[in-house]
Amino acid sequence: MTSVSSPENSDPVKRQMTAPTGLALLWYRFKTSFATPRPYMMVGGIFLWLFVYWLLCEGLRLDRFDKIPGPLAVAKDMFSPTPFQGISIFTGEYYNHIFVSCRRILIAFTLATGIGVPLGLFMGWSKKVRDYTFPILETLRPIPILAWVPLAILMFPGFEGPVIFLATLASLFVTTLNTMLGVQSIDESYFRAAGCLGSSNWDIFKNVVVPGALPYVFTGLQISIGVAWFSLVAAEMVSGDHGLGYLIVDSYMNNVTVPMVIGMITLGFVGWFTSVIVRMVGNWLMQWHVKALALQGR
Amino acid sequence: MNEFMSKTKVNGTAAPHAQINNGAPMGGALSIKHVSKIYDPEGVNVCAVDDCSMEIAAGEVCMIVGPSGCGKTTLLNAIAGFHSITSGEITLDGDLLCGPGKPKAAQGADRMVVFQNGALFPWKTLVENVAYGPIVQRRMSKPEALEKSYQMLAEAGLGDFGDKYPGEVSSGMARRAEIVRALINEPKVLLLDEPYRAMDALTKSIMHESLLETYDRTKVTIFFITHDLEEAIFLGDKVHVVTTRPCSLKKTIDVTIPRPRTYESLSSENFRHLMAEVNEAVHEEAVKAFQAGERELA
Repeated sequence: MTSVSSPENSDPVKRQMTAPTGLALLWYRFKTSFATPRPYMMVGGIFLWLFVYWLLCEGLRLDRFDKIPGPLAVAKDMFSPTPFQGISIFTGEYYNHIFVSCRRILIAFTLATGIGVPLGLFMGWSKKVRDYTFPILETLRPIPILAWVPLAILMFPGFEGPVIFLATLASLFVTTLNTMLGVQSIDESYFRAAGCLGSSNWDIFKNVVVPGALPYVFTGLQISIGVAWFSLVAAEMVSGDHGLGYLIVDSYMNNVTVPMVIGMITLGFVGWFTSVIVRMVGNWLMQWHVKALALQGR
Repeated sequence: MNEFMSKTKVNGTAAPHAQINNGAPMGGALSIKHVSKIYDPEGVNVCAVDDCSMEIAAGEVCMIVGPSGCGKTTLLNAIAGFHSITSGEITLDGDLLCGPGKPKAAQGADRMVVFQNGALFPWKTLVENVAYGPIVQRRMSKPEALEKSYQMLAEAGLGDFGDKYPGEVSSGMARRAEIVRALINEPKVLLLDEPYRAMDALTKSIMHESLLETYDRTKVTIFFITHDLEEAIFLGDKVHVVTTRPCSLKKTIDVTIPRPRTYESLSSENFRHLMAEVNEAVHEEAVKAFQAGERELA
């Protein structure tokens, strides 16, 4: 009995108590990861794929690949102060495209999250709300975002309105559905325990529904920001005057292929970066979840 | 001798409950009269509990033993207010919990449940879990509740683990914290639904000692569902053997082993004698249940 009730005597517990946290932990993990082959394999993998790309387009000049700009041509233009085809990291126009797209994503993602998360929470929690909204949501969800383009253009004036509407709509469905599933995944015994402990409905909402659904919500948000990006680009290709999607399709129209590839690569990196931010916010809000996963060795 | 031992323990440890009840029962007499419960999940009536009556005195440890899926949990759910009953009545200290005209009991902090699979909120630390009840019931301010929670966790040997999430501690510790979370609300009855089911024998024995110690300190009425006959006799004042579905009382066995009990009681002649008696009553029902092959109802 005594050995159990006084754990401060045992060493492993003490070591666990002083384990690094926050930035120190991040640095520790970064340091130890270089002792494993993983980072070298990642770098090796990247170079391998770049080499294949170079081989296809510039090395062997295969038929039908010879019109596609290879990695050297793209890199040369991308990092040149005087780009041959107009776009490089030294031109203001490049950053303007990124800025416009990011601003649209920020607005669309905020709107979709602000509407989708509360809607999903209530849909998961209350059968009544679900009965009112679920059928219409399920009917609208399979409609491809491109099918909405004409309607969006008719409904909203200018360039910004339709583009933001389309990106919002696409990510709204993902966010709502995941949030709803998140609430439904919460074990019934947590609701019962909260009821036993004397919670009001509002207490249950705050202390069980919201935190319990959070892992699913953030999985949903990561998917939804990806969906927001590709519906945004699709929308910019059809209706837009700036942005990365516009850059890609405009370059294609004007027969300049290098900016097209630059736009695609940039899109990849910016999209990746935004998902990382969403993931980091999620992990920060769900310490309990991260720790539980870490103890399972993940 | 029994009373003398428990009193010295109370004075020695300055338990929070000691000041309230001085080791004497503070109510919690449960009376279950002719309770029946009929489910119809698939359009066919299934009788889970049939005309079940039992009296549980205030401050008694009452163990319910019966085969899997026999309706023990249904009975507990009725007392806790998770489910309605079809007929009969249940009273607590003479007050009607559920009965004619009131099929479902209101959930309340006078009856605290400890769940089969554990229901500590994984998104709250142990101390936040314990403090949750008093805070939502507005019985204590947040700092007060947290202070009291640290104190009670320390008494249960969890002093160093208050700031850990449930996912970071062992299942035994989590279960003990869950009992602390129940006790901080000063319930009249503690309802435990096979709380140690998933634990290995060694952890189980530690949990038993800790529960007995808690009981000696608080003298709370305990309604404990189990399959484990040894556990039933070791912990209980009375062992109620119930029949296979539909559940009704088959036999009540008074456990005459004096308190406080230690693991030496397990090897006493008396214990073996009681074990044989309970075994005889349960075995017949277990065979019947096995042959019926019924699945458990929620």
